[in-house]
Amino acid sequence: MTTKLFGDPIPRVEDDRLLRGDGQYLDDLGNDALEVAMVRSPHAHARIVDIDVDAALDVDGLVAIYTWDDLDGPMAEPLPLLIPHPTLTHARTPYALAKDEVNHVGEAIAMVVATDRYVAEDAAGRISVTYDPLPPVVGIAAARAATDLVHADVPGNVAARMRQSNGDADAAIEAAPHRLSLDLDIERSASTPLEGRGVLARWDTESGRLRVWSSTQTSTGLRAAIAARLQLDLGQVDVIVPDVGGGFGVKIVHPWPEEVLVAMAARALGRPVKFTEDRREHFIAAAHERGQAHHVEVGFDDEGRMLGLSVRFWHDNGAYIPYGLIVPIVTSTQLLGPYKPGAYTVEFESLYTNTVLVTPYRGAGRVHAAFVMERTVDAIAAELGLDRTVVREANFIQPDEMPYDHGLMFQDGKPLRYDSGDFPASLDKLKKLVGWDEFAAYRDEARAEGRRVGIGLACYVEGTGVGPYEGGHVHIETSGRVKVATGLTTQGQGHQTVFAQIVADELGVPFEDVEVVTGDTRRFPYAVGTFASRAAVMSGSAVALAARRARAKALRIAADALEASEDDLEIVDGIVRVRGAPESQIALGTVAVLSNPLRYAFDEASKAATQFAVGDPTKPPVPEGDEPGLEGRDYYSPNQSTFANGMHAAVVETDPDTAEIRILRYCVVHDCGPMINPRIVEGQIHGGVGQGVGGALYERMAYDEYGQLLNASFMDFLMPYVTEVPEAIEIDHLETPSPLNPLGIKGLGEAGIIPSSAVFAAAIENAEGFPIRSMPISPSELFALRREFGRDGA
Amino acid sequence: MKPAPFEYVRPRTVEETVAALGEAADAKLLAGGQSLIPLLSMRLAAPATLVDLNGVEELAYVRTDDDGVRIGALARHAQVERDDAAAARQPLLRQALALVAHPTIRNRGTTVGSIAHADPAAELPAVLTVLGGTVTARSASGTRQIGAADFFVGPLECALRPDELVTEIRVPARGPTSGTAIREVSRRHGDYALVGVVAVVDVDGDGGEATAARAGYFSVADTPVVLDLTDTVDPGPAWDRASEHAMAALDPVGDIHASADYRRHLVGVLTRRTLASAHDAAKLSATIGAGGRMAADNSGEAGS
Amino acid sequence: MSETTYAIRLRVNGVAYDLDVPARRLLSDALRHDLGLTGTHVGCEHGVCGACTVLLDGEPARSCLTLAVSVDGQEVTTVEGLTGSDGELGPVQQAFKDCHGLQCGFCTPGFLTTITAGLRDNPDPTRDDAREMVAGNLCRCTGYQNIVAAVLRAAELTRSTSPGDGAL
Repeated sequence: MTTKLFGDPIPRVEDDRLLRGDGQYLDDLGNDALEVAMVRSPHAHARIVDIDVDAALDVDGLVAIYTWDDLDGPMAEPLPLLIPHPTLTHARTPYALAKDEVNHVGEAIAMVVATDRYVAEDAAGRISVTYDPLPPVVGIAAARAATDLVHADVPGNVAARMRQSNGDADAAIEAAPHRLSLDLDIERSASTPLEGRGVLARWDTESGRLRVWSSTQTSTGLRAAIAARLQLDLGQVDVIVPDVGGGFGVKIVHPWPEEVLVAMAARALGRPVKFTEDRREHFIAAAHERGQAHHVEVGFDDEGRMLGLSVRFWHDNGAYIPYGLIVPIVTSTQLLGPYKPGAYTVEFESLYTNTVLVTPYRGAGRVHAAFVMERTVDAIAAELGLDRTVVREANFIQPDEMPYDHGLMFQDGKPLRYDSGDFPASLDKLKKLVGWDEFAAYRDEARAEGRRVGIGLACYVEGTGVGPYEGGHVHIETSGRVKVATGLTTQGQGHQTVFAQIVADELGVPFEDVEVVTGDTRRFPYAVGTFASRAAVMSGSAVALAARRARAKALRIAADALEASEDDLEIVDGIVRVRGAPESQIALGTVAVLSNPLRYAFDEASKAATQFAVGDPTKPPVPEGDEPGLEGRDYYSPNQSTFANGMHAAVVETDPDTAEIRILRYCVVHDCGPMINPRIVEGQIHGGVGQGVGGALYERMAYDEYGQLLNASFMDFLMPYVTEVPEAIEIDHLETPSPLNPLGIKGLGEAGIIPSSAVFAAAIENAEGFPIRSMPISPSELFALRREFGRDGA
Repeated sequence: MKPAPFEYVRPRTVEETVAALGEAADAKLLAGGQSLIPLLSMRLAAPATLVDLNGVEELAYVRTDDDGVRIGALARHAQVERDDAAAARQPLLRQALALVAHPTIRNRGTTVGSIAHADPAAELPAVLTVLGGTVTARSASGTRQIGAADFFVGPLECALRPDELVTEIRVPARGPTSGTAIREVSRRHGDYALVGVVAVVDVDGDGGEATAARAGYFSVADTPVVLDLTDTVDPGPAWDRASEHAMAALDPVGDIHASADYRRHLVGVLTRRTLASAHDAAKLSATIGAGGRMAADNSGEAGS
Repeated sequence: MSETTYAIRLRVNGVAYDLDVPARRLLSDALRHDLGLTGTHVGCEHGVCGACTVLLDGEPARSCLTLAVSVDGQEVTTVEGLTGSDGELGPVQQAFKDCHGLQCGFCTPGFLTTITAGLRDNPDPTRDDAREMVAGNLCRCTGYQNIVAAVLRAAELTRSTSPGDGAL
């Protein structure tokens, strides 16, 4: 008897293979391929005067060198602007190889193709580039001051200016009984997955087809970009995403220069070509998500209810902006969190700097948003002498106000309308979990012992399952095995397991018989990609819908074969049978045979099917509107995102002497609706919390004023080890189903990280007694603040 | 991130090694490789010749005698760390080694290699300096002893000539009325120290009063710095004056991980903590008696 | 201008391989590309992340910080060597599966080898021991919670099998 798989924390099907060392990550492929090394700019801003390759030419094993002069047609144009926006008036994207100018350390200037990476680096090291350095613009302040420009034709370094509002915030603030003004700065860092980027391309001359493997978060996006750049038909290009060693957002950017260049070279040279970046390259040539500086004005009443909220901020988008304004747009809208300020205005400028480009990293603008909002709410509570949870409760959107329309436009161009959520219930759970009401007593005890402890909390709302669509294909084979395909990709989220759980449940087949493939354009060519906590909602829904279609067809054929009514049929363990009369049954595999009117009996399956008679002999074997085969294909395309939410609390202890920060407790309450696989859900939260700790307390891209990234290695970019993350992450769940998709689910990929900087800032402030308005924070920085606030005499 | 090409020599004896060093114009020695190979891979170092010491078995020793511990060039950190006789003779070795990177790195990295690499942020150069140890340098033209105080010349720069190899270091024994401790503050567990202090405190046999105190500092200057803090010891003992003296005497530089002010502050904090810990260890060992062998090597704590 | 190569022999997972490699060939690349044992992964090439960790004569070592020529004649154990000869997952591997100790799986081989040696040296670790055992390996996906659980579970599984099975 098949038990329900949805909600079952079953172990993952991916694991056996990966644990044996049989994973197939990009660099594991293409052992016969030529390899690539890139020549990259050592300057943050410079004109290229000359590129001299002569000294490289006699390196044994060199195959080819390319510069911009070698690029033709679309390859020679700037890379695409993936997400345009009317306010993005001054979008600049890089060339695949720098043309006349470089705008960040790491920008690609030349590609060397050789027999292996060692030799390619030898040759690249001999290429001599002459530069005419230009003044670099580093940091938001310098970008705003615009004494120097990143792009000569972008005045003020402003890529975009955008404003959204709901009501008249200025007037509301003016009229409010209380007002506060805050400046809040937050730097993020970068995805830094353990596996960097990589791409392998093979051109098959005989078939005229290009096959590309890439460690990417979008198979279809990359395919379209490569086809366009190389002037191939889409149908000539296959993109297959192998095992990916983490993405966290950075691998959604496409096409990377290397992706189109490697494809081009494979075709030009008639040999497979592979690029695997090294760690330094990932730091200086991939993407970061960086800083924003915010100015907040808020007006509120005696209960702390926000009557008007006005936020202006400045976003550092790096040297180029191929991914558009997603990060600041998300900040603008998700800043509202679970609250309903009376009136809201948000305005931002997106600014160029001579640093690596900025694209979404897990959280994607929401970390900034939660930081700004939660620090503001805490400041309101401090001003009024109220408990921080009480002020939040006063501002919450109530469950009976759902769906709640904020009157703003979300990142998907759809209204920011929360579909469901119970914020008071979430907060209640969190308070119990962390022991909020008991903390003051604990803190007093600790103080008596000379210890400094503090507690913080932070709430967020996350728009998940953003469109426009995903699709699913379910194919029941004559063997009874079920092959499922969806076009988005996987970087460790367990999609092979989770989507199989869904399909197995929908069809009534054993879990072991379902096999899922993601990210292969040969198997599913219409897709968007994995990002923004959308995969479970989008592809989960799509494969469910596809499975329902396949099931409906199976029942129709089975009913015919069993001479029963469809309504009397059930599918259990892959067998279609009449409810209450189980001897009247037919295996799904047999139904699959019957679905395809064959002339020839190829095998036992086709022979076995001859005992059944289906179809109407007076009608065509494949009726009008039908197709041979037992398949279902469907798409999920929502009208808006579905909104998950969560709240975190942390207890920290700060060392009175060394200012070191220790995490004593970390609590998470989150609501992603019903959970397909609770173990995978918890794993996602753990990982997000780990990255959140890194981003709040350890990680920062350290650029100097010359635009040099001083910590472009794991030695100095401080990703947390086990010793830096909490010893336990305490989790409680709430499940308010989404009314928007067939499974009622919401995304949670980013749940673990969104409020982290906010919650740690709050807890440290609570321990120290002075405001923390800038994150991340290190012991050295905490020490400096202690000095500033006169609190350094321990 | 792949090394540039180099000529490769794999000697089997010390003689063969010094001969190779004598012949090669631009050679580097490879022992543990945990510091050198990243430099090669990043092409920050590109020697014409690499002389691989890993086959010179005769240098893979840890020998303990009454005077102290002699560590051969190929002894891995892990080997030294595990050596009970060495830990008993000079507890600071095991205490310091526990702070060096992570165990996996210590399986390959060599203690002598760490000394020769002369990283100002490393623990062992400071340990050797504060203990007054010596370095034995060998070349085709002979052998010489270099005192630790003269060995570390600058950041990643030591007093070795290009044709010389360190064959062993000598770490003096802990005295019977002496206690040691090492403390550091780092950003992550296992990272290089932002500031580190190694302390040796001597006590009188009776009341356990501190009669001498020395502290070696790492990550505060281009080379390890040793301060004699004997005169700053106040009865109690109080280490406040020592702490202030050190903060005034040292001039740490800021970087992306910590400001100069914060480092100076840590100098003060860690001086106090480390001296106190070393003093406790000294008192314990003086109480137990001759040699104090059993007392001082409980690990788990970086002071004993 | 062709590079000199050196004939070396490596015993990897109990099998002897004869290789001809340049002196600068990193052990990580020799395993992955010369021997096709791609289970060992490369995350940083400066010894910090631990993804490349193999066992060298039974002790964990960073294969990205080792020259293949330097370990001529020595024994290397990679993740592929942790699977039982009958094809069954070894106890550490099984523990990771039981505890959802991996997500993308890229860092996992380095953890598996490290923990295999760690449990051999300390078969009954406390929770703190377990954390210390994996304190030199980076993971970006899991937040380490389930990895620590997997260490303790692996200790359980190793203890419950008869001596000589499972652990190295």
